Amino acid sequence: MQALTVHTGLVAPMDRANVDTDMIIPKQFLKSIKRSGFGPNLFDEVRYQDEGQPGKDNSKRPLNPDFPLNQERYQGASILLTRENFGCGSSREHAPWALEDFGFRVLIAPSFADIFYNNCFKNGILPVVLPAEVVSELFENLYSQPGFELTADLEKQEMRTVDGRSWSFDVDSFRRHCLLNGLDDIGTTLQSADKIRAYEEKRQVEAPWLFAG
Amino acid sequence: MYKKDEFVLFTWNSKLSASRKQQGCITVAGKTLYDKLWEAHLVDQRDDGSALLYIDRHLIHEVTSPQAFEGLRLAGRKPWRIGANLATADHNVPTTLLERQAGIEGIRDEVSRLQVKTLDDNCSSTGIMEFGLGDERQGIVHVMGPEQGATLPGMTIVCGDSHTSTHGAFGALAMGIGTSEVEHVLATQCLIQQKMKNMLVRVDGELGPGVTAKDVVLHIIGVIGTAGGTGHAIEFGGTAIHSLSVEGRMTICNMAIEAGARAGMVSVDDTTIDYFHGRPFAPRGEHWDLAVQAWRDLVSDDDAVFDRVVEIDAAAIEPQVSWGTSPEMVAGIRGRVPMLADMPSETQRQGLQRALQYMGLKEGQALTDIRLDRVFIGSCTNSRIEDLRAAASVVKGRKVSGSLKEALVVPGSGLVKKQAEQEGLDKVFTEAGFQWREPGCSMCLAMNADKLGQGEHCASTSNRNFEGRQGFGGRTHLVSPAMAAAAAIEGHFVDIREWGN
Repeated sequence: MQALTVHTGLVAPMDRANVDTDMIIPKQFLKSIKRSGFGPNLFDEVRYQDEGQPGKDNSKRPLNPDFPLNQERYQGASILLTRENFGCGSSREHAPWALEDFGFRVLIAPSFADIFYNNCFKNGILPVVLPAEVVSELFENLYSQPGFELTADLEKQEMRTVDGRSWSFDVDSFRRHCLLNGLDDIGTTLQSADKIRAYEEKRQVEAPWLFAG
Repeated sequence: MYKKDEFVLFTWNSKLSASRKQQGCITVAGKTLYDKLWEAHLVDQRDDGSALLYIDRHLIHEVTSPQAFEGLRLAGRKPWRIGANLATADHNVPTTLLERQAGIEGIRDEVSRLQVKTLDDNCSSTGIMEFGLGDERQGIVHVMGPEQGATLPGMTIVCGDSHTSTHGAFGALAMGIGTSEVEHVLATQCLIQQKMKNMLVRVDGELGPGVTAKDVVLHIIGVIGTAGGTGHAIEFGGTAIHSLSVEGRMTICNMAIEAGARAGMVSVDDTTIDYFHGRPFAPRGEHWDLAVQAWRDLVSDDDAVFDRVVEIDAAAIEPQVSWGTSPEMVAGIRGRVPMLADMPSETQRQGLQRALQYMGLKEGQALTDIRLDRVFIGSCTNSRIEDLRAAASVVKGRKVSGSLKEALVVPGSGLVKKQAEQEGLDKVFTEAGFQWREPGCSMCLAMNADKLGQGEHCASTSNRNFEGRQGFGGRTHLVSPAMAAAAAIEGHFVDIREWGN
């Protein structure tokens, strides 16, 4: 996993609440057995005017001109600013895979859905929760200032604007540690293999039916 | 014990929100069901606040597992405990008999075929048990698990599917996980977790005639919102919940995720224990007695403290219909689509406007006026035998409206299908004009050929009405099996309580 310490980037808007994982990456792309290549189909149903299919040449599809990611000013964006409950719905990790593949490293919202939030950290994406009024302020900045950039500093747990404003954000220390160092958490867990075995031995005595299969 | 801390939450159904009370706690006392399940599975509590939680049962399906198996292989790792895993293909399988008869090779869509084949290969190479296509035990993972007794009270259960919350219905801690976590569980039999908060949704009183578990959970989501349970494990309690069968409780816990909660659960009672007796994977003999003794403790203590409590009056719940593009956009069948002017914030006004446009509805429109193109009875929410019986009892002797393009019944598993056929339910459906299909997720998420066309309205017993969920441009209305069945006969929604008498 790619580490993230301090990230500065162009901000793009997804100005809706309750953006669900079906909207982030529609189900037909979940037939893939790979974990890469989902970027061109990120937000497929609102980004294009026709129905996307695996294998279809996306460069020939009609774009929705009203969708921000299709607009010149947001090209190269790596930070997505959005509203409440982003990522609600299914557990599909294809959602953060698509965001990451498109080039997003940081997401900002007043709240995220639990499973999605967790999936982001497994894929080098930092989801930042900021108060709704701060998010609204950032949307105003974004719309009024072409080229609006933000800096997400995971070490200091701080979001900064170029003009010197800043907001601190919370992130739990284990997730922060893994993302700062790009750690494979399976490797970390396997360092506790003795504890897992000890638990199994104890549990086998207490609840033998759980180990019958 | 509770400090009253009422606050106003926006709800789509403001009339009903008046019945909601929300309270915060001030004392430290007994343990909740979630606390007990957490403690029983704690392998290691780390200083940084994270914990290693042991996983008793891992359910696997074709869509969210291939990348996990590949990750395992690339790292040279093997499954930690093969017997804890159980697999079946459900999301991406065709449901027509014609396509299913030839097994995996019969799947026409080659991308889907490769995915189902990959699950088969991964299970064979690791030795993980799989109910393959053609096995009567194959079905939607969340129908198959409990049916087999492969998911049991007191277990921690995970699956790369958000509706894993279903299995909380029998006093288990069950959660959906992402593919990285699927790989993590395969490799370590553990999950890295932060403990969630405790929330109790208590539904007391008696449900009215025609009001089902589906209506209860849709109503709850309408009251607390789709993010109402975020960060919480929800326990559903109260007399109305415990009056439901285990299958009804599954319907409720299934949609906990639609209220934002990764886990939903119901405490164990006699109904729970009776349900599991004699199931193929359930403990037997001495082990059964030991298990039952342990399961009896899977209830929240009387003095348990919840971070949030929501109280719902069962008698006030009407049959529900979702009208919008989020499960919280729901109302009683006698209700109407909300008015833009009634929205309390600009974001919500825009959300309503977008939903109305997508759904092709007008503000203030009566729900009974929504004309339907298709009806879908199925999904991990409502495809069990009781659901099919409820729908069949409505359909019996009647005909599907000529205005519908299609009405599907997709049983949740091969065994549900077999049971329904033994009861003659398949005949009831097909004689009325429904199609009777092979088990799978089908039109709930439309990964296979079962999908809505652009602009089509569907009465669906599934769990999500997101834009495009059931097909590009498709319009989903979430309802109970009985409401879907009655809507199929009439071609539009009707109040099941008054209809057909």
